[in-house]
Amino acid sequence: MKILVAVKRVVDYAVKVRVKPDRTGVETANVKMSMNPFCEIAVEEALRLREAGAAAEVVAATVGPAQSADTLRTALAMGADRAIHVLHDPDPARPLLPLAVAKILRAVALQEKPGLVILGKQAIDDDCNQTGQMLAGLLNWPQGTFASKVIMDKEKATVEREVDGGIETICLDLPAVITTDLRLNQPRYATLPNIMKAKSKVIKKVTPEDLNVDIRSDMEVVEVTEPPKRKAGVILSSVDELIDKLKNEARVL
Amino acid sequence: MARSAAAGLLRHLGPLAGEAQARGLYPTQYASTNRAFSRFYWIQGQQHPLYGYGNNVETNDTQQSAQMNFEVQKRSFSSAAAHIQRNPAYSVLNPDDVSYFKSILGESGVVQDEDRVAVANVDWMGKYKGASQLLLLPKSTTEVSKILSYCNSRRLAVVPQGGNTGLVGGSVPVYDEVNGILTCEAGCVLENLSSFVENKGFIMPLDLGAKGSCHIGGNISTNAGGLRFIRYGSLHGSVLGLEVVLANGTVLDMLTTLRKDNTGYDLKHLFIGSEGSLGVVTKVAILTPAKLPSTNVAFLSCNDYISCQKLLLAAKRSLGEILSAFEFMDRHCIDLAMKHLEGVHNPLPVSPYKFYVLIETTGSDESNDKAKLEAFLLRSMEDGLVADGVIAQDISQASNFWRIREGISEASVKVGAVYKYDLSIPVEKLYDIVEEMRGRVGDMGEVLGYGHLGDGNLHLNILSTKYSDKILAQIEPFVYEWTSKQRGSISAEHGLGLMKAEKIHYSKSSEAVQLMASIKKLLDPNSILNPYKVLPQSVL
Repeated sequence: MKILVAVKRVVDYAVKVRVKPDRTGVETANVKMSMNPFCEIAVEEALRLREAGAAAEVVAATVGPAQSADTLRTALAMGADRAIHVLHDPDPARPLLPLAVAKILRAVALQEKPGLVILGKQAIDDDCNQTGQMLAGLLNWPQGTFASKVIMDKEKATVEREVDGGIETICLDLPAVITTDLRLNQPRYATLPNIMKAKSKVIKKVTPEDLNVDIRSDMEVVEVTEPPKRKAGVILSSVDELIDKLKNEARVL
Repeated sequence: MARSAAAGLLRHLGPLAGEAQARGLYPTQYASTNRAFSRFYWIQGQQHPLYGYGNNVETNDTQQSAQMNFEVQKRSFSSAAAHIQRNPAYSVLNPDDVSYFKSILGESGVVQDEDRVAVANVDWMGKYKGASQLLLLPKSTTEVSKILSYCNSRRLAVVPQGGNTGLVGGSVPVYDEVNGILTCEAGCVLENLSSFVENKGFIMPLDLGAKGSCHIGGNISTNAGGLRFIRYGSLHGSVLGLEVVLANGTVLDMLTTLRKDNTGYDLKHLFIGSEGSLGVVTKVAILTPAKLPSTNVAFLSCNDYISCQKLLLAAKRSLGEILSAFEFMDRHCIDLAMKHLEGVHNPLPVSPYKFYVLIETTGSDESNDKAKLEAFLLRSMEDGLVADGVIAQDISQASNFWRIREGISEASVKVGAVYKYDLSIPVEKLYDIVEEMRGRVGDMGEVLGYGHLGDGNLHLNILSTKYSDKILAQIEPFVYEWTSKQRGSISAEHGLGLMKAEKIHYSKSSEAVQLMASIKKLLDPNSILNPYKVLPQSVL
């Protein structure tokens, strides 16, 4: 079986995000970019399934500009066997939306015919949490989202999901789509021998046109602004004053 | 612990200008470093009837906004590590002195409250305890000058102290963006200065674990080293100008912001690293390098020490302009860190190696720098210098690698007793003393060797369940004698302070020590500044 893993290049989790002065988007020039942490977990899970004998090959795919190849290299250095780079230069006013990404991944999946597609549950830049679900819908495959445990059987995948109030266990017929939650695993580091091996691994480059996918977006970003700054707190001198403030200022009493 | 929370905690802790091995903000790291040298106490007269209490127990004080503390002590040190007889030449504090200080600083600038004075009286490890009874909080150079002038005339001993107060309301830095030169008051907290210049696209040339509480004045007085040393060098290079108040109250204006100035003797260098014994630094002009966008970190293992050395040389050749840290630690350090640090796991778990190296590069082009580092490491692996290694793919992974290196101090104090030495030794001999020490200590303790290999700076730690004379006898004076024989330094970046004042001869010739004593006598004839520290009593 083959596992397809989708990965996304995002502003590093540890970077303090700044809005561009012209309010068209966030600053990405001279900002550290890394693989989306949930995608790292997805890659790790695919590798573990391959190491456990449940899969024979792990293919990483991304959609993005030329620099996104770095993210694919990271996936290859972690241990993915090969990669597919769907080239797309982003336009801040017309960002690539989850539906377009899902259509692209669907086209890739139809070509590659994986038994399983694993994605991060969401990307930390736009926090959409839609791509995996849309992909499952477009492919008409079963989906196991927010996975905190994945067990593979020959024809089935058992997925534990973190839901409100507990763990839900579901069983999926393959092929299926799984999206990863934070506690699924702890991703490995890229070791030097694997970085060396990754250099000879193949990254296939295609365009959305090659895949016959229309990525036109109906949505336009009007403006990006920073959240309002929190006002400084005040220290009150008495309980009476506090009650007065709660009643007359905050109006919660 | 969240970084911000840890930083907040640190603001409650004392100054630690000399500590330089830690980069993260883990408060317990301080516990493992001798800090006696970075605190400066005023030793003062016999116990005065007016102030009848003995040694103070310290508590914290975070409300002050003063730029500097001054303590007045009345008794000899009571310390686990050293007993120092009070010099009878010093006067005794009396109520008139206190009234005079109040007339200069106001009521709020003179602290007699037992608990508040006590804060400043004990070093972080609790190894040294002073007995000050008065804490002064001057806010300006003029106030510092008046205090010193008065104390000099009365012959009251003075200990300048930075840190400890945390919030520095009054100190507003001035920045020259074209030249990248920061001018500020001595009481600015290093971390605040760091964020101030970072907003302008620059960084401070030094970075150390105590940044959340240490003051730039203290950093300069102790010539703090730290993690950016390999790249940006010593403060002797970055400090462009100083304003210093001498023992007699004279304000010495050397606050130039010129890169080049060969007019006469460069006096500012006397005050950098003199640990407050020649004057009190009140203002600073410092050169700040541009902030670079791309940082890469690799964590590597080596099979033997000679490989670490060769790797350092190769890194200097291949990564020269982007190399920003080259740290090494032996397997004992890694085992200890894995055992005692929460949430830390070994990036190279497959098999144990004898040595581990952390390399950091900082440059201006992410993909170029990364390609360069990767090519270098792969080559080093082919050459057999590196046994195995990992490269951080994102910032979180990079911090995980740093956390191991920085957490060694923190982990070491969890064992019980730690004997810490901070030595400068030629790189090729650097690890010999660790092995010799292991032979000497035997089953009595565990010996760790780690440090800034790029700077030839070894942190030698001997861990044991409790402090004992038997172990100490195996360590000292051997460690000093050995270092002296290699023409190394017994204090690379931590300073001499009280702990090693009498040990200066191991690293400096008697002629040099004599000249230092002459300079001390010239600048501070009554020896009121930071007594009993830096220089041996016999030469003063």
